[in-house]
Amino acid sequence: MVTVTLWGSLRDAAEGETEVTVEARNFKELLDALSARYPGLTPQIERGVSLALDGRIYREAWFTEIGPESEVVLMPYMKGG
Amino acid sequence: MNKITREKGQFKVVGTRVKRPDGIDKVTGRAQYGADLVVPGMLTGAILRSPHAHATINSIDTSEALALPGVKAVVTRADFAALDDDEMIDIADNCLARDKVLYHGHAVAGVAAKDAQTARKALKLIKVDYTPLPHVTDVDAAMKPGAPVVQSGRQEENVQPEHSENVTGYCEFGHGDVEAGFAKADHIIERDFKTAAAHQGYIEPHACLASMTNDGKADLWCCTQGQFNVRSLCSAILDMEASQLRVTASEIGGGFGGKTTVFIEPVALALSRKSGRPVKIVMTRDEVFRATGPTVSSSSTVKIGMTKDGRITAAHAKFRYQGGAFPCATYSFGAQAAFAAYDLEAVKSEGWNALTNRPKEAAYRAPGAPMAIYAVESVVDELTQHFGLDPLEVRLKNAARENTKAAYGPTFDQIGLVATLEAAQKHPHYSAPLGENQGRGVSCGFWFNFGGNTCVTMNLNDDGTVGITEGNPDIGGSRASISMMAAEELGIPYSDVRTIIADTSSLGHNDVTDGSRVTFAVGLATIEAARDAIRKMCGRVAKIWGIDEDAVIWEDGYAKPSGPNAGDFEPMSIKEIAAISSNTGGPIAGHYEVNADGAGVSFGVHLADVEVDPETGYTQVIRYTVFQDAGKAVHPDYVEGQMQGGAVQGIGWALNEEYIYGEDGVLQNAGFLDYRVPVASDLPEIDTVILEIPNPGHPYGVRGVGETSIVPPLAALSNAVSRAAGVRLHELPMSPPKILKAITDRG
Amino acid sequence: MKKIHVTTKVNGDEVEFLCPPEETLLDALRDRLGFSGAKEGCGTGDCGACSVTLNGRLVCSCLVLGAEAEGAEISTVEGLAHGGELHPLQQSFIDNAALQCGICTPGILVAAKALLERNPDPSDSEIRYWLAGNLCRCTGYDKIIKAVKIAAAEMRGETA
Repeated sequence: MVTVTLWGSLRDAAEGETEVTVEARNFKELLDALSARYPGLTPQIERGVSLALDGRIYREAWFTEIGPESEVVLMPYMKGG
Repeated sequence: MNKITREKGQFKVVGTRVKRPDGIDKVTGRAQYGADLVVPGMLTGAILRSPHAHATINSIDTSEALALPGVKAVVTRADFAALDDDEMIDIADNCLARDKVLYHGHAVAGVAAKDAQTARKALKLIKVDYTPLPHVTDVDAAMKPGAPVVQSGRQEENVQPEHSENVTGYCEFGHGDVEAGFAKADHIIERDFKTAAAHQGYIEPHACLASMTNDGKADLWCCTQGQFNVRSLCSAILDMEASQLRVTASEIGGGFGGKTTVFIEPVALALSRKSGRPVKIVMTRDEVFRATGPTVSSSSTVKIGMTKDGRITAAHAKFRYQGGAFPCATYSFGAQAAFAAYDLEAVKSEGWNALTNRPKEAAYRAPGAPMAIYAVESVVDELTQHFGLDPLEVRLKNAARENTKAAYGPTFDQIGLVATLEAAQKHPHYSAPLGENQGRGVSCGFWFNFGGNTCVTMNLNDDGTVGITEGNPDIGGSRASISMMAAEELGIPYSDVRTIIADTSSLGHNDVTDGSRVTFAVGLATIEAARDAIRKMCGRVAKIWGIDEDAVIWEDGYAKPSGPNAGDFEPMSIKEIAAISSNTGGPIAGHYEVNADGAGVSFGVHLADVEVDPETGYTQVIRYTVFQDAGKAVHPDYVEGQMQGGAVQGIGWALNEEYIYGEDGVLQNAGFLDYRVPVASDLPEIDTVILEIPNPGHPYGVRGVGETSIVPPLAALSNAVSRAAGVRLHELPMSPPKILKAITDRG
Repeated sequence: MKKIHVTTKVNGDEVEFLCPPEETLLDALRDRLGFSGAKEGCGTGDCGACSVTLNGRLVCSCLVLGAEAEGAEISTVEGLAHGGELHPLQQSFIDNAALQCGICTPGILVAAKALLERNPDPSDSEIRYWLAGNLCRCTGYDKIIKAVKIAAAEMRGETA
């Protein structure tokens, strides 16, 4: 199980929580699990999300492994100039 | 996950100031930029633009234009493919308007003719029947219920119902109990801020040359930050297979984020398809200002509580951005970046995006961060003034460091903010005396930095020199830094490596040159491609020597026997290996393909001294120093160049640059005379101090450096003005009339 | 309208071209004569990317008509180097990393050369004011000013 921190404005889509726990071993499984459990998150996930894993930002890497102790934070999909 | 394989003191090439390989082409006028290519049979393209800020298009009649001798094709939005993805539709609609024109200068039709004069005449013969609609250009006005609606049905699900339909997105970040935090403060300051839209201001207007043949194959030459992105967008808009469209990036005359999308490229392709001839389109400066991306303008509210000894107890910010007529996510980057420099127990950062009748925002260096951090750093500074505390001490006291939970969520690993603040504190600039009407301002800055999709090929030439093929346009010396990293890893001289930028048919997909990603991600892929080639070279040598592959090591450009075989064979140089490669298995190349992760965030601190003329309100920057963490500066000259160039763009944004709209929704200053970017005589020397706190996500510790430097100048100058003139402005730019008014109002 | 026949010298070589009366010298240089080193950044004389000298005078070629070049001597960035040898300004710009994207570089080199012909030993401030008509968006000007100073010293026979 991994604990995922959502950003504040996703709270309403996740039963008022900003920390949710799902079964996942990588980024892809995490997104699928989040979408399945909280359908309200699906529009944002489809728009694009990044994942901060132990402080580092991953933009789209599905198979990034997530350890049970990892700090996992969902972030909007990011772009730069 | 520490990827660092080479530390300080172990570099031979990286960290030196070698000459860039494209230098001679660029000082002799030989380098070919977007507008410089000429091909036989070429037509000139031109774009018809909307005279209205907002209007319905009832009909477009192109018959008279087509009848003009010398006109070879006219295209409208109907010549683009049917699209189903919202983002793609927006990009296509921005290139040529569909049902409505959404801003003054919005493209409506394209013409290709035998020459520019004929093309211009033809534009006047296109009859567009418009019904003008009410317009809105200010962010606060656009958010109010009852505002003219720019586009319907674009609201994301979590936008509060009290806003107008123009509000497309809402986000909130942060942690802790903000109200409880404010209760612990000795003083709370809450202020409203406004920042104007600033244009990236690259000196080269957008330009392209498209050539499509009637078998559906096309070549496109253009100035862009990402040829692969241009291919993806254009092939979708023109309904082409990607393989049929080869995009070559010209030399690029500046981008800063503004050349990360398409404007004229699909129009040129459509005109070429229709006319059967190559078509070149070059924007005028007026078109660049009216119809390509400036950054967002913003309105924000920041509230921060502090104890009398300078500890921040809570912070709450609201950022309202407008990014023009199409939705964008820049507001969320601003809301996330706003408090990155602080270790806060309680913080809430909210953002909204609103549509307006302005050109579609394009990324601009650390998109969204400068205006948010300007507001935060202004309030922090006002609190230090309130308590009479030292501004750098207060920032150090509250500074984010390793294991700080960032306001945007994650926990920081090794970051350079404290080292950067300490360097600023110790620098002679910070203690230098100031004269009358002079003041010193401080601000922190931050950008996330990204990695992204990257592939690099390294080919070993038959004489033992090396070719690197990469896919990101060189905007500021990246050919040099990539060659340096290849030379470093291979243990060969820099002069033995030549790096070229591939067209889209010569390499796999590479993301655009954005997010300060090139030296980090392309560098990482280059190092890995070199390692791949080294493994192959060691394998060949192992066969020659008849020993195990893993008994051969690579050192300083030589394969050497190691372990029990150490000393048994004479080391083989890369040149010797190359010379016999046809005997040992054929050509040798290294490859690496990755969606790079592990980009390290970059912090900067700027010190600015200004003198404000109390008679005119004019602000002169008299001394400026940039401190920034580069992780590892691969080519220090070009790292300094990024720090200086970003700082000066920020200075322009703080003091002069702004999009000024009239009541009619028309941009009033669409030229370099009235949109005034800093010139040489406006500026002092920009001193630089590079800090190197290695990024664990890169083999050499490299962090992106391109963007952070534009962030601090906005607040650093505002904070300096407040100390020099005794008035604090809450609006940018701080043009002389505004400062003079503030001085007069104070009395 | 009939085109105008123009005979002029560019970088010492006599050339001829035909151009419409309203065509700028910049367009004539770029499109008719193949001197694309001069760049159009604005077309209104504000950015200096199209700087050339006309009879020794520094001008924005976007503000000069092609027809005005009749009988004149024009120097462009392409004429700075002698054979394979770069002008000291060109070498200094490479050595001192005074360019990033390079689009403003031709105009700045032409302008800087015109400055050093008038004033072989300019101060920082004199260089900054002379180059105030040449916009650079990448560098913040710092390394450009240094590169001009170093080249000037070298041209005076001093080693920087």
